[in-house]
Amino acid sequence: MQRFLDLCQDVALLWQNYWPGYLNGVKNTLILALIGTVIGCVIGLVCGILNTIPYSKSDPAPKRFLLKLIRIVVRVYVEVFRGTPMILQAVFIYYGLPYFTYNAVQWPSVWAASILVVSINTGAYMAESVRGGIISIDPGQTEGAKAIGMTHFQTMTSVILPQALRNIMPQIGNNFIINVKDSSVMFIITFTEFFAFHRYITGINMMYFPSATVEMIGYLTMTLIASFILRWVEKRMDGSDSYELVQADQLTMAAGTYTHPDKGTPFDERSKEHRERVRQELKYGRPKGDR
Amino acid sequence: MSELVLEVRHLSKSFGSNEVLRDIDFTVSKGDVTAIIGASGSGKSTLLRCINLLETPTSGEILFHGQNVAARGTDPCAYRTKVGMVFQSFNLFNNMTVLQNCMVGQTKVLRRPSDEARATALHYLEKVGMAPYINAKPRQISGGQKQRVAIARALAMGPEVLLFDEPTSALDPEMVGEVLTVMQDLAREGMTMLVVTHEMAFARDVSTHVVYMNQGVICEEGTPEQVLGNPQKKETQDFLARFRGQ
Repeated sequence: MQRFLDLCQDVALLWQNYWPGYLNGVKNTLILALIGTVIGCVIGLVCGILNTIPYSKSDPAPKRFLLKLIRIVVRVYVEVFRGTPMILQAVFIYYGLPYFTYNAVQWPSVWAASILVVSINTGAYMAESVRGGIISIDPGQTEGAKAIGMTHFQTMTSVILPQALRNIMPQIGNNFIINVKDSSVMFIITFTEFFAFHRYITGINMMYFPSATVEMIGYLTMTLIASFILRWVEKRMDGSDSYELVQADQLTMAAGTYTHPDKGTPFDERSKEHRERVRQELKYGRPKGDR
Repeated sequence: MSELVLEVRHLSKSFGSNEVLRDIDFTVSKGDVTAIIGASGSGKSTLLRCINLLETPTSGEILFHGQNVAARGTDPCAYRTKVGMVFQSFNLFNNMTVLQNCMVGQTKVLRRPSDEARATALHYLEKVGMAPYINAKPRQISGGQKQRVAIARALAMGPEVLLFDEPTSALDPEMVGEVLTVMQDLAREGMTMLVVTHEMAFARDVSTHVVYMNQGVICEEGTPEQVLGNPQKKETQDFLARFRGQ
């Protein structure tokens, strides 16, 4: 019990003295994770779309060759960046650029390098998620779109991607939360995110456990808020469960003409159609499809 | 003799080594309502899908106003706006409302301004009795209602020919009627239609032409009276007898 009180005291002490440093770390972590996830999603989206362009044997040879090449390139990209640790990718890219250019080209800032690493790492994961999202949509949707004359591009942007994106929203959220946590490995290239500040401060005052407690609470708070927001966004995307019946004559309203109240519409209680319908309903019961 | 719209010549389709359609020949004139009947697996749906170019024919020609649309290099999209299709499984766009479903093809493919597209969509939705439901999503309406919206969606593109691929097969019995009524009205207004169906009453009463398919070939064709009333071939007689026996 005593130890817990000590811990609380130490945590309070740390926070009191160094909160600007911790908060700065939180800020950098969030910015990096957000930008990395967004760019990663765009990369993944592009890869996933390119990967699912259909081709058949009757297509001209150059088109088939190009599409095959794209698929191979995307495949290699995905396998390489999904199959190696992000911490190594960071080192590899950060020190690789000066190495290959004999120090002529340096990274303009550690920010640029970090964002690049997180983005292409996320992109590799998202490419597969997007591909999965696209192929999970019922082929009937594509056929319906084709049957009214839509091109592949129109089908994708109007019909398939809106549905696929909804389905991969949980994956995007997943990646964001992973990025919040895993961007901590960027300390290796001296990026000052949340965890890097822990390393810095413990190097000075050796309060490893209290500082780690602050970090744990900090990360958990960030990820909890993130998942809460994501749930909310998903709910918004799903739209309302109910809908309004339109009881007026839409055509005449759209045309701006005036309907005399005595004339009525088929949905009007005084109209002949309505009376007939009511009579039928009383006789045979309400048709099931009607509501 | 009215104007020829569609002409199918020596059409064949194989999936791998499996030959589904063999040397199909038939024509559709303006205003014809052709019912294609036959047992499951006889190639009816494949034939319809070939006509819409959803399947690429292995060989043969499909002439639309004299132009071969099955030839390599022809743009299927422009052709498909002229030949609408209604599917067994509706295939309404799940991410759009009923109204948007009927508008998207007009605005994106035909490039109509959206108020014109809206008016056209409402006109056809009214016609199929779905105007009150324009704000509903496909998952919120019944099967029969979905199919009526699908018909309105196809009509909104202003097609010359409508293809129906077993439009009532996925519906509960009590909803079949509402869809057939809509189709019957269309036929009466002179829409050229090609209907794959198991509804013998529809074939008998509404169609002007009946095609009986068996194992990938057209076994018998003619007027409903000829094919349904007085079938000449043994296969047709057996098929119809089996249907009546049910």
